[in-house]
Amino acid sequence: MSAWSGVRDWLDQRFGWDDLIAPLRHKTVPLHRLSYWYFLGGITLFLFIIQVLTGILLLLYYRPGANEAFESVQYIMTQVQFGWLIRSIHSWSANLMIFTAFAHMFSVLFLKAYRKPRELTWVSGVILLFIVLGFGFSGYLLPWNTLAFFATKVGTQITGQVPIVGRPLMIFLRGGEEVTGATLTRFFGFHVAVLPGLATMLIALHLLFVQRFGISVPPSVESEWQNRPKSVREMRFFPNFMLREMIAWYVGLGVLGALAALFPWNLGVKADPFGSAPAGIKPEWYFLFMFQTLKLIPSRIWIIDGEVLGVLGFGLAAVIWLLLPFFESAPPAKPKSWITGLAVFALAYIAGMSIYGHFAK
Amino acid sequence: MATSRNSVGARIGCLFLSACVVLCAGSALTQSKNTCLDCHSNLPAPFGVTAETFSQDIHAQKGLTCASCHGGDSTSDDPKVAMSKKAGWKGKIDRKQIPQLCGGCHSDPAYMRQYNPSLRTDQLSQYKTSVHGKRLAAGDMKVAVCTDCHSVHDLRAPNDLQSKVNPVNVATTCAHCHADAEYMKSYKIPTDQFEEYNKSVHHDALMGRGDLSAPTCSTCHGNHGAAPPGVESVANVCSNCHVFQAQLFAASPHKQAFTSAGLPGCVTCHSNHAIVHPTDEFVGTGEKAVCTQCHTQGDEGYATAGEIKEKLGQLSSSINRANDILGKAERSGMEVSDAKLDLTQAKDALTKARVTLHTADLTKVEADMKPGFDASAKDYDAGKRALAERDYRRVGLALSLVAIGLVIVGLRLYIKQIEQG
Amino acid sequence: MFTCMSNPVTPASQLILRLTGTLDYNGQLAEPASLSNISDSGVEMNDPGVRDSSSPQTPPPRRHFVQVVLGSGFIAAAVAFVYPVIRYLIPPKVSDLGSDSVVAGHVGELKPNTGKVFRFGSRPGLLVRGADGEYHAMSAVCTHLGCTVQYREDLRRVWCACHNGMYDLNGRNVSGPPPRPLDLFEVQVRNDEIFVRRRREA
Repeated sequence: MSAWSGVRDWLDQRFGWDDLIAPLRHKTVPLHRLSYWYFLGGITLFLFIIQVLTGILLLLYYRPGANEAFESVQYIMTQVQFGWLIRSIHSWSANLMIFTAFAHMFSVLFLKAYRKPRELTWVSGVILLFIVLGFGFSGYLLPWNTLAFFATKVGTQITGQVPIVGRPLMIFLRGGEEVTGATLTRFFGFHVAVLPGLATMLIALHLLFVQRFGISVPPSVESEWQNRPKSVREMRFFPNFMLREMIAWYVGLGVLGALAALFPWNLGVKADPFGSAPAGIKPEWYFLFMFQTLKLIPSRIWIIDGEVLGVLGFGLAAVIWLLLPFFESAPPAKPKSWITGLAVFALAYIAGMSIYGHFAK
Repeated sequence: MATSRNSVGARIGCLFLSACVVLCAGSALTQSKNTCLDCHSNLPAPFGVTAETFSQDIHAQKGLTCASCHGGDSTSDDPKVAMSKKAGWKGKIDRKQIPQLCGGCHSDPAYMRQYNPSLRTDQLSQYKTSVHGKRLAAGDMKVAVCTDCHSVHDLRAPNDLQSKVNPVNVATTCAHCHADAEYMKSYKIPTDQFEEYNKSVHHDALMGRGDLSAPTCSTCHGNHGAAPPGVESVANVCSNCHVFQAQLFAASPHKQAFTSAGLPGCVTCHSNHAIVHPTDEFVGTGEKAVCTQCHTQGDEGYATAGEIKEKLGQLSSSINRANDILGKAERSGMEVSDAKLDLTQAKDALTKARVTLHTADLTKVEADMKPGFDASAKDYDAGKRALAERDYRRVGLALSLVAIGLVIVGLRLYIKQIEQG
Repeated sequence: MFTCMSNPVTPASQLILRLTGTLDYNGQLAEPASLSNISDSGVEMNDPGVRDSSSPQTPPPRRHFVQVVLGSGFIAAAVAFVYPVIRYLIPPKVSDLGSDSVVAGHVGELKPNTGKVFRFGSRPGLLVRGADGEYHAMSAVCTHLGCTVQYREDLRRVWCACHNGMYDLNGRNVSGPPPRPLDLFEVQVRNDEIFVRRRREA
C-alpha cells in the first residue's frame, strides 16, 4: 500500500495529518453491561446521512409548488427508476431517525452522561432533537397530500396559540394567514436549506464535544471501577468499536431496505385546500403525545385558555430539558434523584400518551 | 334658548309615539283587515283557523283575506254584517264548487299576472280532463279536489319544503287516499302504488339523494290532469328522461311486438311503480330474468337473451378481475392509479352496453362492450405487471439482504479474528 | 499481552488497520491509557509473534476465508446500493408530469365537429373541435354521477351516455340531470401540438 503512505506523507507535510489523527487513535469506548446504548448516537448519525443522501436524490425530481408537488412525488414513485425505493427509504429513515434520536436522548439521560463537563454536548443534542422534529414537521408537508395539509394546518394553528409571539410565528411559518402554496415553498426552504445547515453545524459541534470529553461512564459503573481498578475495561474505537458500529449500520441499511420494499410509503390523495378535514385527523406519531395532551386539557383552566396553557407547558418543559445539566450535581457527587424521577416520568408520559393518542378516536 | 332636559325628553317621546302611530296606520293600510280571525281563531274545528296557521298561507301573505274565498265582509267586527248574504257570504264552500272557486282566480291570467306572471293558469282546465275532475263532475265526492292536495288555510307554495305538493311530499299526499284500501274499495284499482314506489330507484333518488329531477307520482301521471298514461303511451312518459333507452327500444323488434300484444312498453320489464335498480339478472334466461316472460327455449329471442347475458357477465367479470388485481397491487404498495383510471372507461362501456341491450341486438351490444373488454384486459395486464414489479423488488431486496448479511458475517469474523489473534 | 497477526491481504481491512497502526492489537487494553505501543506514524509493529507457521505471503485458510467473505460482502453490498442510485439518476423517458399542461392532440388529428377524450392528470378530459374549427377543452367527468362524456357530432353537443346529460361547447349543462357545468380548460396551439392547460385562477 505504498500509494496510501505516499498520500499520507503528502497530507502530513501540509496539514500535520499524523498529529491531527493521533487523538482519534487513542479514543476508547468504555465496556460494561450498558455499553450497547452507545450505539444509538451513531445510528442516529447514520440515519441522518441516509436522509441527506436520499434527500439530495429526491431533490433532483421533486417540484415544490401546490400544483406540482404531489404529481412530482407520484412521478418519483411510478416513473423514476427506483424512485419508489429512494422515497420510501427517505420516509422510513425519517421516522426511524426521530425514534433513535429520542432513544439516544433518553439513554444519555438515564446513563447520566449529560453531567459536567458534558453540559454543552447535552444542550447541542437537545437543540438537534428539536431540529429533527422540525425536519419531520416540514418534510411531512412536502408531498402535499390531504393528511399532510391538514396536519400542518392543525400544527401551525396550535403554534399560533402561544401568547404574544404565537400569531406572528404562525404567519411566519405559514407564509401568510392560511396554509397555502406559500407554506409549501417556505417549508421546502426550511427542510432542504435552513435545517440541514443548522443541523450540520450542530452535529459537527456535538461530535467535537464528544471527541473532546470522551465517552462517559454511568455512575454505577464508575463507582465499581473506582473500587476495583483492575475491572476497568475499554475498547479502542479504531478499529474495534468502529467495526461493531459498522455492523450496526449495515443492519440499519438492511432494515431500511426491507421496510421500503415490503411497506412502501403511502402517497395519499392530493390536498384540496377547500375540502373538509378528514375525520379523526391526527399528527404523525412523534407529535401524538403533545396532541393528545392538548386534547385532554379542559378548554378553560381558571381564567386561562386550556390550549394556551398546554402549549406554554410544553414550552416550559422544552426549556427545562435544554437546561437540565445545569440543575444536576457535578461528579463525583451523586446524581440528583428528582432528575431521574423526572426522566422516568417523561419517558412514561411520552410513551403512554403516544399509545393513547394512537388508539383514541 | 336653553331647553330643560325634561323638555327635550318630552319632545323625543312625542316624536317616537307619533312615529309608532304612523307605522301602525301604515301597516294597517298595506294589510287588509281580517276580523274573521278574531273569533274563528278561538273556535273549535271545523270552524277554527288560528292566526298562526293562516299566517303560513300564501294567499294571506299576498294580502287576501277570508272573504276572498268565503265572501262576506272581513272588515266588520259584527258577525251579522261580516257573514251576511248582502256582503256575499258563501259560508262553507260546497266540495263540488271548490275547483270552480279556486279557478275563479287561478284561471284568470290577467288577475294572476298581478301576483306572479309566470304561474300557470290552466290548472282548472287540466283538472277537468283528469280522473278526479271527471268523477267529481259525475257526482263522486270522494275524489280529490284542490284543497285535498294543496291544503287550505295554510296553503304553501309548492317550492316550500313543507308544502304537501312539494316534490318530496307528493307521493305521501297521493297516498293519503290511494294507499287507503278501505277508502279506495269501491274503485277496484290497486292501492299498493305508494308501497311499491318506496322500493324504487326514483324514490331513492328523490328522498335519499335529494335529486329533485327524480320522478314522483305527478311526474308520470300529471298533477292537475292526473290520469294514468295509457298502455300505448307509457314508453313516451319514460322517454322524457330515459331518452336513449326509449329510442333504442323504439328501433327494436320489441316495440312492434309489444304494441300488437298490448303490452305497456317499459313497464313490461321494469314495472310501473316498483322500479328497482336493474341488475344483470334481469337479462337472459335465468330465474329473475324478464325475457322469459315471453320467450321460451327454442325461439330466437331466447337465444339472443342468453347470449347478451353471457357477454355482460364476461365483461363484468373481466372488469372485476382487473379491479381485484389492481387492488392487490395497490395494497402491496404499488402505484396503479393510471390503470385504475383507465378501468373506469371499461366500467363506462359496461354501463353503455346495459343501455344498448334495449335494442335486443347482439351485434350492437357487443360493439359497445368491445372497448370495455380491451380496457379491462389492458388494465389486468397492468396489474400483473405491477405485481411482477413487486416481486422483482422483493427479489432485489433479498439479494441486497444477502449481500448485507455477508458483510455482517464477515465483520463479525474479522472482529473475532483481530481480537483473538 | 499483545499478539501479532500476519499481514492481511484485503484492501479494506488493510486500510483501516494501516490508518490506525493497530495491526497487532486485540481490542482490549490492560490499563486505560497505556497506548504507548502504537507508533504515531501508524506503521505496523514489526513484532511478528505469529501463531501459525505460514509465511506472511499466504495467509492461513481461515483468515483468507474471512477476507473473502468480508471483501465479497462489501463489494456485493456496494453494488446493491450503487446500482439503484445510478438507475435513479438517469431521467425517465417521459419527463413531464402531465398534470398541469398536456398535449391533447395534434393539429389535423381532429376534423371539424369531432371530439376526443384525452388524459389530463389523473382524470379524463375532452377536446372538441367545433364545426367552425375552434378548439374547446373541458373536463370529461360528467357532473351528474361521474361517467365519461363524449362529443356527439349529430347533436353538436357534449353528451353523457349514462343518463343523457347534455352540455354545450362551453361546458354549460343544457339538458338532462347534470347539475353543474363542466370545468373548462385553456387550449393553446403551439406548432402542431394542441396544449391543454388548467385555467389560471384570477
